[in-house]
Amino acid sequence: MAAVAVLGLARTALHRNGARLVQAAVMTTAQRSVAHFTFVPEPEPAQYGPTQKMNLFQSITSALDNVLAKDPTAVIFGEDVAFGGVFRCTVGLRDKYGKERVFNTPLCEQGIVGFGIGVAVTGATAIAEIQFADYIFPAFDQIVNEAAKYRYRSGNLFACGSLTIRAPWGCVGHGSLYHSQSPEAFFSHIPGVKVVIPRSPIQAKGLLISCIEDKNPCIFFEPKILYRAAVEQVPVEAYQVPLSQAEVLEEGNDVTLVAWGTQVHVMREVASMAQEKLGVSCEVIDLRTILPWDVETICKSVAKTGRLLISHEAPITGGFAAEISSTVQEECFLNLEAPISRVCGYDTPFPHIFEPFYIPDKWKCFDAVRKMINY
Amino acid sequence: MAAVVRQLGVRWSGLWNSRVSRAQIALSASRRALSTGVSNSQTLTKGGLLPLFLHLFYSSLPLCFLQLPKDMVLKFYQKMTLLNTMDRILYESQRQGRITFYMTNYGEEGTHIGSAAALESNDMVFGQYREAGVLMYRGFPLELFMAQCYASARDVGKGRQMPVHYGSKDLHFVTISSPLATQIPQAVGAAYAYKVSQEDRAVICYFGEGAASEGDAHAGFNFSATLECPIIFFCRNNGYAISTPTHEQYRGDGIAARGPGYGIISIRVDGNDVFAVYNATKEARRRAVAENQPFLIEAMTYRIGHHSTSDDSSAYRSVDEVNYWDKQDHPISRLRHYMVNKGWWDEEQEKAWRKQSRKQVMEAFEEAERAMKPKLDHMFTDVYEETPVSLQKQQEALQRHLKMYGEHYPIDHYEK
Repeated sequence: MAAVAVLGLARTALHRNGARLVQAAVMTTAQRSVAHFTFVPEPEPAQYGPTQKMNLFQSITSALDNVLAKDPTAVIFGEDVAFGGVFRCTVGLRDKYGKERVFNTPLCEQGIVGFGIGVAVTGATAIAEIQFADYIFPAFDQIVNEAAKYRYRSGNLFACGSLTIRAPWGCVGHGSLYHSQSPEAFFSHIPGVKVVIPRSPIQAKGLLISCIEDKNPCIFFEPKILYRAAVEQVPVEAYQVPLSQAEVLEEGNDVTLVAWGTQVHVMREVASMAQEKLGVSCEVIDLRTILPWDVETICKSVAKTGRLLISHEAPITGGFAAEISSTVQEECFLNLEAPISRVCGYDTPFPHIFEPFYIPDKWKCFDAVRKMINY
Repeated sequence: MAAVVRQLGVRWSGLWNSRVSRAQIALSASRRALSTGVSNSQTLTKGGLLPLFLHLFYSSLPLCFLQLPKDMVLKFYQKMTLLNTMDRILYESQRQGRITFYMTNYGEEGTHIGSAAALESNDMVFGQYREAGVLMYRGFPLELFMAQCYASARDVGKGRQMPVHYGSKDLHFVTISSPLATQIPQAVGAAYAYKVSQEDRAVICYFGEGAASEGDAHAGFNFSATLECPIIFFCRNNGYAISTPTHEQYRGDGIAARGPGYGIISIRVDGNDVFAVYNATKEARRRAVAENQPFLIEAMTYRIGHHSTSDDSSAYRSVDEVNYWDKQDHPISRLRHYMVNKGWWDEEQEKAWRKQSRKQVMEAFEEAERAMKPKLDHMFTDVYEETPVSLQKQQEALQRHLKMYGEHYPIDHYEK
């Protein structure tokens, strides 16, 4: 289950080809790596003390640093975390906290999660890394049958609530089948775990610390495309962003737009496009926690707007939008003025060269808003 | 030390030889079970494979043959026989439909008691499901065994799991779950945590030879070695995984031979010899904690009972084969002979103890049978530490439903 380190290499190779073959018919690096979203930094938070400019991977490191400093039982482990991690999320932590607390494991995902559960069963804090969300499936049994059910099946005698599993997540431009996946819906069907996905460095740090301190096993998916791309002022000290609470980022009256991870930024752009081109006012909501999710905030918004669009990168069939859609339909039947729209990945594996056509980009989402308004 | 080991070797070789000559019945099957999948016993002893009952070529684990004091040996015997009595009664109660499921420990009582006795009382135990003797040795009350099997309101697991999925926080016995081998890498993680916190605690992790084929076994062995964890892997090699004999489970020399490939000191012991099990575990425990390294013990034994109450083992093995192990080479009868030879036990004591243990078990049994089932609310709690709003709503929906349709449910059997 080796994670092929294609991400950096592919870029170099493309660049070389691009330089050699300057022809109109050949896609250039620039054309291919145009981001499908625009990250807009949020205002500097004032309530948590001094801040520093951090990208998303640095804010993860900062969260882990805060936790290791405060909690002497906390350990971080996974494949290649000792030298700083393939995405640099654990840089410097081993030097600072020692090799017993930040260490490489053998290359075996089921072992990593099983091991993490065991650490957590003793009450110590276990922060496991799965190198790519795509490679979490070998640990599915340990997550579904073990971590999620530990407390319940033992009558609360034993639990692994101090376990957090972090994994890079989502599309990255050229990650193809096994460096692009968004597996949150698989995990949304597992009572006993929490699934959390941040949209930005500030959110990532606060939500990750909440996951680590939460008394339940948590899966924390980090949108890898934001690791370097998203930069904002992040508090240096520890703070928490609550789990199971969606956040209304922009208020609106005509349509509710729900997304998580990178797709939130797509939604924000869609909201401006809808305002600009259609005069439609959109309410943009970041769901943040997939399980247990914030039904109330979403339903309250839909009761006001009467229309709902949910968008995620993962394939549409069995995706988490289906759960949201069905719940909102039950709760807000009398308020809905149009069918709930889902703009998602297609029901195919995540493709390499076809990525720009695969993802639910702003144009696909915008078109869905247009149709919904005209319904 | 060498002399002791040699002496032990002679003793165990003698056992092996006498066993082979005695056991003309179903010999090939017995040998298959004993010889970990190798069908030729000559090969087993002379062909460079790991010698049975002896510590391994690879092993630097010395075995000190300790003369255990009388009261300790008596305790071994009483715990083994009490477990056996409980097994018989609960097995029958399942046959009568009074509990839904059961798994006996017949023939493997020696592995449980011998190993449990060699541990410190706060060493963490991770098990598979056929290790009830470990809990028995640690003093888990009969009432709680029964409460779990009956899923009564007294069950510490709140009636959520199938019978024999025991757990005890006080006795450091991690709750059993059905998925095989999942506990193996978990046990390694727990051992790592003890190492970091410098608690001088070991972890023991039990599993069958069938479970050792799971990917999680590989994960656990490898992690334990590279991360230097104070853990004892204890494999109960009883010849079968349900209907699958060991020659369909592996073609190497059993489980012990895998240990050195991971850099784990390994030993194979006679699982029907409670002292051999005790000695191996005692030394492995001492060194695991002192040196922060894993040990692997493979206890050769034989699964005398059916796999479970949902299995009829006569469909895949002969009655003669089973009878041999039950009548000729049983951990309980072997220990009894030892005690009788020592003058520590006689027929009268045996009779009295049988009567007394049966009475204890029956009393617990009747209490569990009479008891109410746990409150229905326990269906919804402990999924998370807190109960999420969505789950509270589902709980309320059930309550509303039962108000209208309660007569169609066995509601009166559950505590209010």
